[in-house]
Amino acid sequence: MGKAKVKSGPLARRPDNSAFKQQRLPAWSPMLTANTVLPFFYFMALICMLLGVWLLLTVQSTQEMKLDYTEAGSCNLCYIKRQNASNAAQSCTCSVMFSIQKAFKGDVFFYYGLKNFHQNLRRYMDSRDDGQMVGRKRNLKNPSSYCQPFDKDQTGVPIAPCGAVANSIFNDSFTLSYHQPGSYRVRIPLLRRGITWYTDENVKFRNPKTENLTLAEVFKDTARPLYWQKPVYELDPDDPTNNGFINEDLIIWMREAAFPNFKKLYGVLNRADEVFAKGLPAGNYTIDINYNFPVQYFRGRKEVVLTTLTWFGGQNHFLPVAYLVTSSLILLLAVVLTVIWWKFGKAGKNMQE
Amino acid sequence: MSSSSADKPSVIKARAGLFWLQKTETVQDEEVDGEYGLVINGHSLAFALEKDLQLELLRTASAHIGVGISGQEGMQAVLSSDFSFAQFRYLQRLLLVHGRWSYLRMCKFLQYFFYKNFTFTFVHFWYAFFCGFSAQTVYDEWFITLYNLMYTALPVLGLSIFDQDVNDRWSFQYPQLYTPGQLNQYFSKKAFVRCMMKSCYSSLILFFIPWAAMHDTVRDDGKDIADYQSFALLAQTCLLIVMSIQLSLDTHYWTAVNQFFVWGSLAGYFAITFTMYSNGMFLIFTSAFPFIGTARNSLNQPNVWLTIFLTSLLCILPVVAFRFILIQLRPTINDKVRHKMRKEALPAPTKPVRVKRISTRRSGYAFSHSQGYGDLVTSRKFLLKIPVRTRPALFTETDSPLAQNQPQHYRTITEEPEGSQSP
Repeated sequence: MGKAKVKSGPLARRPDNSAFKQQRLPAWSPMLTANTVLPFFYFMALICMLLGVWLLLTVQSTQEMKLDYTEAGSCNLCYIKRQNASNAAQSCTCSVMFSIQKAFKGDVFFYYGLKNFHQNLRRYMDSRDDGQMVGRKRNLKNPSSYCQPFDKDQTGVPIAPCGAVANSIFNDSFTLSYHQPGSYRVRIPLLRRGITWYTDENVKFRNPKTENLTLAEVFKDTARPLYWQKPVYELDPDDPTNNGFINEDLIIWMREAAFPNFKKLYGVLNRADEVFAKGLPAGNYTIDINYNFPVQYFRGRKEVVLTTLTWFGGQNHFLPVAYLVTSSLILLLAVVLTVIWWKFGKAGKNMQE
Repeated sequence: MSSSSADKPSVIKARAGLFWLQKTETVQDEEVDGEYGLVINGHSLAFALEKDLQLELLRTASAHIGVGISGQEGMQAVLSSDFSFAQFRYLQRLLLVHGRWSYLRMCKFLQYFFYKNFTFTFVHFWYAFFCGFSAQTVYDEWFITLYNLMYTALPVLGLSIFDQDVNDRWSFQYPQLYTPGQLNQYFSKKAFVRCMMKSCYSSLILFFIPWAAMHDTVRDDGKDIADYQSFALLAQTCLLIVMSIQLSLDTHYWTAVNQFFVWGSLAGYFAITFTMYSNGMFLIFTSAFPFIGTARNSLNQPNVWLTIFLTSLLCILPVVAFRFILIQLRPTINDKVRHKMRKEALPAPTKPVRVKRISTRRSGYAFSHSQGYGDLVTSRKFLLKIPVRTRPALFTETDSPLAQNQPQHYRTITEEPEGSQSP
């Protein structure tokens, strides 16, 4: 665009006569005409309807069972007990019975849910130390100041894991059992590993390097968070590889939910047993709960969700219904546009200037 | 621009749109709203120039811009004006082409800019109801930083630099296209309020559709997708895609640069997002990039893409429908010219209509030693009454190099101007 030779004379400063500088670049100049807009609208209405129908059929094939156990069955007693914070060290178990009408076919996923618990509060979300959870020794002994006041206990010992998020971990535990017809109760085996994201389990959360020490020794000069009953290296007595920061329940809890009503994965049905090889059979079930998490302070509720899944996810009817509604709205709009175009626009008013 | 009287100016104060005469007689600035007539009267111009009022002319407070002509009277006008050029006839191009395009681009830019930022902000407002009013951002902090800086900067820059609704030749053909600028039609308080309402609606869609779709569901392998980080990624992707489509609707002139900016920005968004959410960045700058793994784990869910698709449809289709209806029911002058532009490829260059001059009956006069009757003859007092001509078409010359979009051959200033150029 710049000329090689220097111009001189009265034309020295005239701008380059190039397409760029004279604003004559070749361009595509689209316009909203009837024969692009109207077919587009009809096509979109059709696509949305097809998607809506397909998604609706998919979602209808999932099965879900939600059970609010805050005060259900014998958990009422535990609920009353937990209202008093001085009872926090005492355990409380309760059980709730429920039944399933139709068998759950396929993989069954077991979630615990909370209502009205705001994991998305800004200060709450800031109160964590990712550097500590990824296994840095420096952060282990010196938690980040974001964790205050949950970074050190009263004696000044650093807390591992620090912060409000870890401190408020959900600590109810569940045991499902099935009332086999004509037989005794069968405990339902749940797979409790492999329930977190791969990146969380392998990259984001790592134990500090052990180097021939036991996990307890690595966490030697740290304290457990204030509300915990067990220290972090003893979270899972059954599975030694599930202790420390890589404990899957901890990892799942640390992934804060976006909204106050949420559910988090607790376990997956182990279909190795031939009773549950095809999923959960229909019938009566009992769930035994180790009731620890108090919810009355924030007027919350606790629930348990059993669900089957499809490629689309869980049982959420919103998207299919929304697609169907959108498709009808688009169709309506398309008809309105067609009428308007037919009556007014067909080379009508555009001719005058 | 052509006058019929011969000697002294018949006007004392002239309302010349750009050259405003501040007179020694008390002439107040009249309140003129509505249409500004652009009258450049040669006499007023000569009067002004001879009175050496150039600097005062351009120091006026009531003109919108000052235009100076560099020439034989000196360069003072050039120094104190907003625009300057060498020949008076370039004013036509300045106004009808560049001025008009500039107004159009500015208004489109403003509307789009307000829209994208209001939408972005209103989404946070809706989220406040769900996060306990704790001012938690919906989007990733890096997205907030890079949104105006990188993801939506270049496309709107491309729009503001290159956009043309009609090309310059058509702008000359239809000077009525200048009217919307005079009437403030593209951006006014009303247009601003409409933009706010559109933002409000878009933000409702951009928050509540992802909320409803995500708050009670999981990934296809049962793991979490309703967590804050996945939701933030979903919301920001929806926002950016909707804004890109909106910009694409606004752009009427797609040069290669525009295409590159728009698609490049979207591609850049995904590239930067995946980079920021990668293992490497997390391990190096742990507290700065906590969103590790989010893009990989949520963007492979068809659920998420279906939500994005629905959100885009719901935000964009009403806009398309509304614009289409406006074109059908109340086409603006721009719509009409663009429609014409599509139908006729290029107007055939019209032959220059030679202004037919009524022959003046002049008698010849003989050469004589004495002064003779030359003055009498040239005073034209004995001629036929010349009927009042209707003013000839303002722009008869449509195939001048300017109009034909051809490289303009600039004449040197010292050349004699031809008689057939615009008078």
